Amino acid sequence: MNESLLRELVPAVIGVLVRRGADFASAEDAVQDALIRALERWADDPPRDPKAWLTTVAWRKFLDATRADASRRGRELAVDAEPPAGPVPASDDTLRLYFLCAHPTLAPSSAVALTLRAVGGLTTRQIATAYLVPESTMAQRISRAKRRIAQLPLDQPGDLGTVLRVLYLVFNEGYSGDVDLAAEAIRLARQLVALTDEPEVSGLLALMLLHHARRASRTGPGGRLMPLAEQDRSRWDTVLISEAVVILQAALARDELGEYQAQAAIAALHADARSTAETDWVQIVEWYDELLRLTGSPVVRLNRAVAVGEADGPGAGLAALADVSPSVPRHAAVSAYLHERAGDPELAAELYAEASRAASSVAERDHLTREAARVRRRPG
Amino acid sequence: MKYLLLKHYRGGPTPVVDFPPLDRWEPKEVDAHIQFMQDFAARLQESGEFVDGQALAPEGAFVRYDGEGRPPVTDGPFAETKDLIAGWMVIDVESWDRAVELAGELSAAPGPGGKPIYEWLEVRPFLSAPPTVTVDCH
Repeated sequence: MNESLLRELVPAVIGVLVRRGADFASAEDAVQDALIRALERWADDPPRDPKAWLTTVAWRKFLDATRADASRRGRELAVDAEPPAGPVPASDDTLRLYFLCAHPTLAPSSAVALTLRAVGGLTTRQIATAYLVPESTMAQRISRAKRRIAQLPLDQPGDLGTVLRVLYLVFNEGYSGDVDLAAEAIRLARQLVALTDEPEVSGLLALMLLHHARRASRTGPGGRLMPLAEQDRSRWDTVLISEAVVILQAALARDELGEYQAQAAIAALHADARSTAETDWVQIVEWYDELLRLTGSPVVRLNRAVAVGEADGPGAGLAALADVSPSVPRHAAVSAYLHERAGDPELAAELYAEASRAASSVAERDHLTREAARVRRRPG
Repeated sequence: MKYLLLKHYRGGPTPVVDFPPLDRWEPKEVDAHIQFMQDFAARLQESGEFVDGQALAPEGAFVRYDGEGRPPVTDGPFAETKDLIAGWMVIDVESWDRAVELAGELSAAPGPGGKPIYEWLEVRPFLSAPPTVTVDCH
């Protein structure tokens, strides 16, 4: 039994414990303890029924913890030892966990951590390593988040929008430590698609798959960032792309457009083209118009200016850029690109340099610095 | 988002409060100052925002390469006028505003007479944002 199969059992087992009367926070702790025990033991001696094993061990851990707690407080233990399982299907439990862990009252970093632990079945140490913080810090973040949601009623309808945002945040974190967070986000999105009937969930899954399909080509030697125009398209994963397109088409056919479907549509048009020159930029601009209508986001407006520049020429792109506030992140980078294409390498170089100083990651800073150097060197 | 809160022995804007170096304080004032720092770090650990905290000795030197087969050149101790880092704390918080809020609290560490020293702290964002896939679109 490999680790990812084990992790898939975690939300269901939390659900069993909660139905037996455990509160969410204690149930989640108990399952985490059982999970760590399983990771230590199962490599040599995997059980025949992993879910039953995990449930038994987690329930015992829960009872031990509750008894210790009760004796500390000198109170009687109120929980029955073996109450019958309720009639609620396990899938509802898991869906409820998604909503609870990504609850809008939680800060994004807390929602991400709690989702990865309770729904994703990752250990605190794995999450801490992935986010480069001490394990004790991550443990505190998770227990604070649990205390925060402890007062919430469990039967209220959840906010799917925040769940999707949390999954997309996890996806964008990519790969660090020994956990592939992008792959984990895709797994959780797939599971959510199976649990819900919402086209936006499919839209998000399609978007993730389309980006994931390009992952190998997105970085060059030494981790350098490869812009779309320079990516080796033969390295794109066509199986993932085909799967994403099928999922996206089925979602779009429902005629309930949302931001993730629109973003996926743009990504699909890129995936469909053999080069930037052969890309259907006119249609991409139309999708950006839809996306802008749906979100009103200045970041979308900025990306739209790039697409307009490709569809109608750099002059039109710069005109579109004039509507975007210069305070939007990456404004200078887009401006540099459009000015270079418009035949003004000096201004472009200045703007690339300015953009590199405002970059928020090393890969992006280095890429923009190289762009500035490249444009300056070009015989003019 | 991770931020560095940088503490200086010297350098930075002109101090708001003129106070003698730590070694001239009353022992109990020194204790109170150190306790404040420890409590601050403990509070950040409890809130899930603590990443790292380190202090640096004021001694040290600049070092550089001096060509193939030659030992590195050192330049030190540091001149009195130079900017001198005393230590740092790394925090992982939701926003710039939160980082500034925390730096403001740390800056209120008590000095002589138990009064805040109004110390200037340098706050710097890490270049650790994930490379967002939106960059991919152009």
